[in-house]
Amino acid sequence: MGLLSKKDAALLTDPLADNNPITIQVLGICSALAITAELKASIVMAVSVMFVLGLGNVVISLMRNIIPSKIRIIVQLIVVATLVIIVDLVLKAFAYELSKTLSVFVGLIITNCIIMGRFEAFALGNKPWRSFLDGIGNAVGYGVILIAVGFFRELLGSGTLLGFKVLGDPIEKTGLYAIGYENNGFMLLSPMALIVVGIIIWIQRSRNTSLIEEN
Amino acid sequence: MSKKTDSNSYTMIFAVIMVLLVGSVLAFFASSLKPNIDENKRIEKQQNILYAMGVNENDESSANFVSTDIAGDEFVKYIKKQIIIQGDKITEDNEAYLIDVKKQQANAKAGKERKLPLFVGEKDGQTFYVAPIRGKGLWDAIWGYVAMDQDMIVQGAYFDHKGETPGLGANIKQRYFMDDFIGEHLLDASGNFKGITVAKGNNDAINNDKEDHEVDAIAGATITGDGVSAMIKSDLRLYVSYFKTLKK
Repeated sequence: MGLLSKKDAALLTDPLADNNPITIQVLGICSALAITAELKASIVMAVSVMFVLGLGNVVISLMRNIIPSKIRIIVQLIVVATLVIIVDLVLKAFAYELSKTLSVFVGLIITNCIIMGRFEAFALGNKPWRSFLDGIGNAVGYGVILIAVGFFRELLGSGTLLGFKVLGDPIEKTGLYAIGYENNGFMLLSPMALIVVGIIIWIQRSRNTSLIEEN
Repeated sequence: MSKKTDSNSYTMIFAVIMVLLVGSVLAFFASSLKPNIDENKRIEKQQNILYAMGVNENDESSANFVSTDIAGDEFVKYIKKQIIIQGDKITEDNEAYLIDVKKQQANAKAGKERKLPLFVGEKDGQTFYVAPIRGKGLWDAIWGYVAMDQDMIVQGAYFDHKGETPGLGANIKQRYFMDDFIGEHLLDASGNFKGITVAKGNNDAINNDKEDHEVDAIAGATITGDGVSAMIKSDLRLYVSYFKTLKK
């Protein structure tokens, strides 16, 4: 890491593990439950959030000295909504197909608490470059969990990955289905996403016991 | 600690300037990109209608439209007639595909006569009647185009949505769901309109039975599926009287 100082590199790597936005900071849970029934949707959401959070953190950080503290939450909301809407409009005009895929996520991104959470916790008190790194790091940490949850939910719920039938065909009874395997329809519903996230948190805390809070 | 940014007057001025600035930036983007966006939407409508009547570039499992460059030419080539049904009055209009179904539904609610667009297409010697439908899913609007033959047997369907849940309700625009409608009957044996229900547990997952007025639902997408059933029932019913005139 010649480009980044140690402190800056930590901004990128911490959210991947010991300060993960979903499993430790408990930010962005709603979208982690809502859109992880398929791996593809998880990946699209992860990339979109990375873009918005990276850019949004920089904008908020640049404005941090002029934002009145009384209305800072509204200002943050306006900034992120404006960014997302402009991107959506530009995509609609020049990459219509792509915008159709992403349009569902627009509302989810604007109201995603991970974005407000990082604006509030980091960008308001730090310089743009560090805020940018923090945004990217947190978005990657968020994306990793999203993709892991999406992987298990799609595999166990539909027997597919990215739409490919990896376990055989449930209707024609080929592959695993020939020996009596059944898809678990529960995995498609949001409560199971919460349970998967819970299992990830469990694994993470049993590997790193310092994360467990003292009672 | 007291900063200048804490004062009421600063807060007010900041808010006013921010609103004006953001408002004008958004207005600038929206209005300068509007022609492009409208054009994309127009082409998309043509692609949707062509898709429903089987003019598409589907490969084995994914749904693909004809490309945007040729959509306009293909539309002229395959769509022979565009008609507007308004009560008993039937008029031809080459811009019928631009009719806003949402607005017409609102008109109908307000007690005005609704304009019903219908696109008559021809492909490989077969005639298709494509009708737009629109309704509500779980989160937002859902809509689609259904191609029928003159007995109101579905020949193709295209569904789309504004904001259904990715991986669940959003799958109404997947091939495996849309293709199930092909061959389904909208009228029962005695010629009364029955529609098609998106049904759970109809023991017909590969949809062999084409006259049961049911297609297999998507797991985890009950409300979106009900919305599809409802918009088929409410919107296609309106065309029944026109199809009856075709038989005479």
